[in-house]
Parts: sequence; C-alpha cells; structure tokens
Amino acid sequence: MTSPSRLPFYIAVLLLISAGISLAVWRHIELGIPWLTGEQRPVWMIEARVDFDGADEPVVASLNIPEQPPGFRILTEQAASPGYGFSIIDKSGSRRAEWTKREVSGPQTLYFKAQFIPDPGAQPTQPSQQPRTQRLFWEEPQATAVREILSQAEARSSTPESMTRELIRLMQPDTRVQNTTLLVSEENYLPLLVNMLNHSGIPARTADGLKLEDARRRQQLIPFLQIYNGERWLTLNPKTAAQGVPEDILLWRQGSESLLDVVGGDNSEISFSMLRQTIPALQLAAMQSDGKGLGFLSFYELPIEEQSMFRMLLLLPLGALVVAFMRIVIGIRTSGTFMPVLIAVAFVQTTLVPGLIAFLSVVSIGLAMRGYLSSLNLLLVSRISALIILVIFITAGLSVFGYQMGFNTGMTVTFFPMVIIAWTIERMSILWEEEGGQEVLVQGSGSLFVAICAYLLMSAPLAGHLTFNFPELHFAILGLILLMGQYTGYKLTELKRFTPMKAYD
Amino acid sequence: MDWISPRTLKRLGMLNMNQRNVNYIARYNERSSYPLVDNKLKTKLVVAEYGVKTPRLLQVVKHQHEISHFREMAEGLAGFAIKPAKGSGGKGITVITGRDEDYFVKASGARVGAPVLERHLTNILAGLYSLAGTPDVAIVENLVESAPSLARYSHQGVPDIRIVVFQGYPVMAMLRLATTASDGKANLHQGAVGVGLDIGSGKSLNAVQFNRPITLHPDTGLALENIDINDWEEMLEMASRCYEATGLGYMGVDLVVDANEGPLLLELNARPGLAIQMANGRGLLPRLRAVESLKRPHFTPRERANYAMETFASL
Repeated sequence: MTSPSRLPFYIAVLLLISAGISLAVWRHIELGIPWLTGEQRPVWMIEARVDFDGADEPVVASLNIPEQPPGFRILTEQAASPGYGFSIIDKSGSRRAEWTKREVSGPQTLYFKAQFIPDPGAQPTQPSQQPRTQRLFWEEPQATAVREILSQAEARSSTPESMTRELIRLMQPDTRVQNTTLLVSEENYLPLLVNMLNHSGIPARTADGLKLEDARRRQQLIPFLQIYNGERWLTLNPKTAAQGVPEDILLWRQGSESLLDVVGGDNSEISFSMLRQTIPALQLAAMQSDGKGLGFLSFYELPIEEQSMFRMLLLLPLGALVVAFMRIVIGIRTSGTFMPVLIAVAFVQTTLVPGLIAFLSVVSIGLAMRGYLSSLNLLLVSRISALIILVIFITAGLSVFGYQMGFNTGMTVTFFPMVIIAWTIERMSILWEEEGGQEVLVQGSGSLFVAICAYLLMSAPLAGHLTFNFPELHFAILGLILLMGQYTGYKLTELKRFTPMKAYD
Repeated sequence: MDWISPRTLKRLGMLNMNQRNVNYIARYNERSSYPLVDNKLKTKLVVAEYGVKTPRLLQVVKHQHEISHFREMAEGLAGFAIKPAKGSGGKGITVITGRDEDYFVKASGARVGAPVLERHLTNILAGLYSLAGTPDVAIVENLVESAPSLARYSHQGVPDIRIVVFQGYPVMAMLRLATTASDGKANLHQGAVGVGLDIGSGKSLNAVQFNRPITLHPDTGLALENIDINDWEEMLEMASRCYEATGLGYMGVDLVVDANEGPLLLELNARPGLAIQMANGRGLLPRLRAVESLKRPHFTPRERANYAMETFASL
C-alpha cells in the first residue's frame, strides 16, 4: 500500500493558518480593532456654538461643518437646539448644518457637536473637476503693483507651490517693497493673497482651522490658504508659507465660501470649545464597523444576549486545542475526551478555586452514592438516569447548605453541566471497579490538570478578546489541531514509559 | 526522574501511540472490518472458514427467553466460559471450572448457583459489558484447559500468546501470564507479565511487568528465561491466516494452547498495544517497514510465517 502524499494536506493547513492570521491583520488595519484589550484611542469632541438675536421672523441658520478634514475622521455628529428643525445638507462640495424656525425672538444659542478621531491616513476626496480661477479686475495703481509682484514671484519659482511661497515671502512686512506696502493692510492680507494667486492662474481659496487643545473654550478659527496644484488642494500657512496641515489643526471649513449664514437674525457669532476624550479602541472599532467592507465579519451587530453567548462559544476551540495538545503531544490520560473542556467552561463562570471545591465535592459525594447504585445491579440507562437525578440533588443540597452557612460559592455548583458530571462519576466508578483506585486518581487528576490548563487559557482576558473580536483566528486554531492530528512523534509520557528500553540500546 | 531520549527510541525503532494510530491502524485497518473483531461470535464464525480453530461454541444466548435453555445445556458440562460477544479487555467473562453438587465453581474457587449465572447472562444481553452499552449477545464456550507446560507459569488464568500480525506477516509475539496483581487476567496494563518471544524459535527473550523488566514470575517464582513454545510454526501460520479472514492489516492475534486441542484462537484485536515491544526489547518499526517494502508479498500463510521466522528474528 502506498502512502498518499501529505503535501496537499500541509499546503491546505498552511493556507488555513495564514488565511486566519492575514484576515485578522487585515481587519486590525482596516477596522482598527486593537490586538490588546483595554487599548484607548483619543477622540476630539468639538462643540460649535452659534449665537444670534432673533428678530421676530423666520430664521435659517446655516453653519458650514467639516467634510473629510485632512488627518481626521468624523465619528459622530449631533446638534442640540430645542425647538429648531435641523438637517445636514450636502451641496456642491460643502456640508452645512441648517437650523430652521418659524418664529424667533431674543438671544438664541445653537449647538453642533462632532467627534473626530485622529487618523493620519484620512485625506479629503479629490475634486472631480478642475477648479477654475476667477480673475479680478484691479484698479490702478494696484493693477501695476500686482503685476510687478506677481512677475517677481514668478521669476523665482517653477511650480504653483513655489510661486505661492515666493508670493507669501514677498508680502511679509520685513521683505515688503513699495509695491506691496501699497497693497497690503492687516485686514485684507489673506483675501488679497487669494485674489493675486487666482489672478496668476493658480486656483486658491481660504480655509479655517481649529487648533486642538484639551479643554479650551471660546476658541476662534485660524485662517489658512489653500491652493490647487493641478492634482489636489494643498494647505499652507498664509504667514509662514509652511505647507501642510499641522497635526493639531482640524480644518473646519474648506471649499465653502461662508462659515455661518443667519437669515432672520442679527449679531450672529460662532465660537468653538473642545475636549480631548479617550474611548476604548474596541468600542471605536465597533462604532465604525457597520457599513465598512469587513464589518459584516464581526459579531458586534448581533443582539447583546447572542454576543455574550458567542463570547463563550468562541472560547471552546481554545479548550479543544489544549486537550488535543495535552493528549497527543504530552500524553496525559483524561477520563472522557472533552470532559475537561466542559469543566473548564464551568470554571470560567465559577472562577477556579470555588469551582474546584464545588466540582470535587459533587464528584466525591456522587462516587459514594454510585457505590450503592452499583450494588443494585441496575442497567446502564437507568443507572445513569438515577445518577443524573442524584447529581441534581447533590448540587441543590450543596447550594442550599452553602447559602445557609454564608458561603456564596456553594451556589456556583449550578454552573456545572449535570449530565457531564453524571457521566464523569459513572466512568470513574467503572474505572475504579475495573482498574483500581490508582487509575481513577491518574485519570481524574489528568482531567483536572487539563481542565485547569484550559481554564487558565480561556479565562485570560486576551484570549477572550482575540477569539471574539478576531473570530477568523479560529481558522489558525483549526489548522493547528489538524496539524496535531498528523503528529506521529513520541508523546512526552512515552519517553518515560519506554525508559526500560535503554537496556537494549 | 529517568527519561529516554526520542533519538534513542527512534534508533531502537520503537513504535509509538500516535504513529500506530495514524500510520498503521488508520491506514491498514478498514473501519468496516472492526465489527468482525469487536464481536467474538463473528470472529469465531469467520475464522472457522479459514481453518482457524477456536474454543468450541456450546451455546449462543441472543434473547432473554433463551436463558431458560442454559440450565439444560450446562447440565452435563464440567467447565465452560460465559463471554459477552462485544466485551473488551476481559470484562464480563465468567469462567466455570467445575461442579460441586448443584453449584458451579468459578476459576477463583467461589461457588455460585445457576440463578447467579442466569442473571449474569441477562446483564450481558442488556449490554452491561459491551462498548457504549449497546445490547449484546452472550456466548458459552468450552473451557480451555491450558497445556501444563505453560500453565505452570501463570497464576490462575490461562496464559495466552499475543502475536502482532501486519499485512498477514506475524511480526512480533509475546506470552502473557496472569498474576495476582492482574486478578487472573492476561492484560498487561492490569499487571500481567509479558514475556517476549523470539519470532524465529518461540523461545522467551525478556519479561516485563508494569513496564519494568523482571526475571522471575512474581507469584509462581519461576524463571521466565527458558520458556519454549511448542508448535511455534503452526501458531504463526494460524495467526497469519487471520489476516485473510478479517482483512485487517494491523492486528493483535491472541492464541491459547489447549491441552487437548492444541493452539486455539481466543480473540482478535484491531488496536494491539505497544507493550509487546518492551517485552521483546525490540522496536516494531524495522519489521513493519520490512513488510511495507516487500516488492512481492507472499501469498500463503505458511510462506509468510516462514519468511517472518527467517527474517524478523534478526531485526
């Protein structure tokens, strides 16, 4: 008989393991599910406060709100403004929060809150069509001055970026020449810059950013300059010409002309307050998971009750892995193949020491009672049935007795699977009759040892976290178990058992 | 603690549990053939067609109402054994060695009445001793009277000879002697003594009890080094013949030597243990590999037995 090649099997197992691990890595990157428990992520809570005075007429207050600010992702948005109709309107490249009310008088306050997660990878969507420049008509003598400055800047630059930098440098107070002094004043600096850039053929616009500092109130927006370099919008500091958005700046407005429009109100003003919060990374991932490509692969969408059931179920493969390892590689004898796993599951609910005490007392009382059943010479089915009822009596008795004595641990007995315990007692008792007490001790302590190992693994917070949040890791566990099924080496206990063979070497 | 290194074991060619299960039992034993060996009645019937003798079948009790015939049948018998067909590891076997007026005398010397044996039969039918508690059949066999030359080594119980047969080749053998510790049973893990037998000659090699080497039988005090089995070639051929009967590529064949009828097949085992290697002081692997690498296997049991005697003694 020829042995079939094992190669396809090993390749399949390798694929299974690597599929499990790579899927987990992918989901970690894609959904941000953390590897470890208790990982925290910072979140910025920003509140925009709009104040205005009502003038006894219908009001429409429209506030520009961020849409894909570079370096941040929006987690939640909400508005608080009693009595107002509220909606978020997406139109022509800008998002606006719109409050409406028929009759408004007196001072009014509207709030808009949003949570932002720092995400270095987040970039604004690219404009679908090339932005156009608007040429402005300049009056003399400004027209000449603008031409002069632009030609100066153009001469020293090659790209829209360098052109902008040169222009900004030329307009700074310390480098100002006559031409610029004529044009620039403190108020019109930024609009002038935008106009001049547009004049030179570079699409330019202003943007507003918020400096993020923990627990600040009444913050104002900082103006930024944005130019279009032919591919995308670049953000520059209008004073220093530094390119890019600093990490602590959130661009609240970009692309939209106005920040706040209030129709039917006076004295409108806006201010921002902000707070740095931390939320568990896991919760964050769960909040973001829906709607994303791989979100369906997780259990977060299930009802809580089912989730907690799955939490338990998904731990079982770990227990099975421990049993397989202990039996195949170590060679520990257990009574009943997977009885240790079920005992370990019960331990997870009872915690170790109370569980051990409860388990040992139920089994030893059960063994004593089984001794009597044995002398009755009953048939198997009725013997087991009787034993199940006895086990229930014992657990009930222990619970009530423990409770009366003031030990709550007595109650934990109920977590043990009655039928499994009954079978355990039956098997132990037969073993006792056939092979003697020593074998019962060996197998019993073997089972308990494996159960405790499985418990220690299953109750580790990391294990629960990984199995529940990365269920695809079970592919890897399955692969390992399949691999162990092919292990033909010596068990650890066999090295002990075969020791006398030394004499024949 | 004393350990042996895996490398040494490998050099000795020791077969281990995982390897036995994956590379031999799973590969060479058809699942469908298991009922043949797990059911003693089926084994008896199938090997009879191939000329392998088993203890004479006296009665088969399949149904509760047939138990009433037991008393008539047992009337004229001196000794017999009641066995559950699907029992394993000697469970549920009652051996009656003689009569004392109306009572039956068990191997241990205890006297029991017919009702006790009838209840025992009921228990067997209900599956008390069968694997997984499935309903079973009781068989009543003629008592094996062990040949005195071997019987004197065993404490109570009948000594039997375990031969591991691989692809029809008898590859390793040992004699199993009951002890007080094993309670008259010939199971090694219960404390019976295993005496390795040279496959070429049927002479004893080493002896072990509880995986430890010994030189004297713990109960009878007899030296175990000069045992010689008669009719060795015939026994090997018999074991080899069981391969044709069952089709099991890797099995243990348990034989006894009856004083009157010669070698008889007691039972077959689809999962023979590994302790035979320790009794022989040799590993199974070199012999198993030699069989696996045979280009032209031998077709008759006699040829295979001869090949084994010539080749394996030195492996």
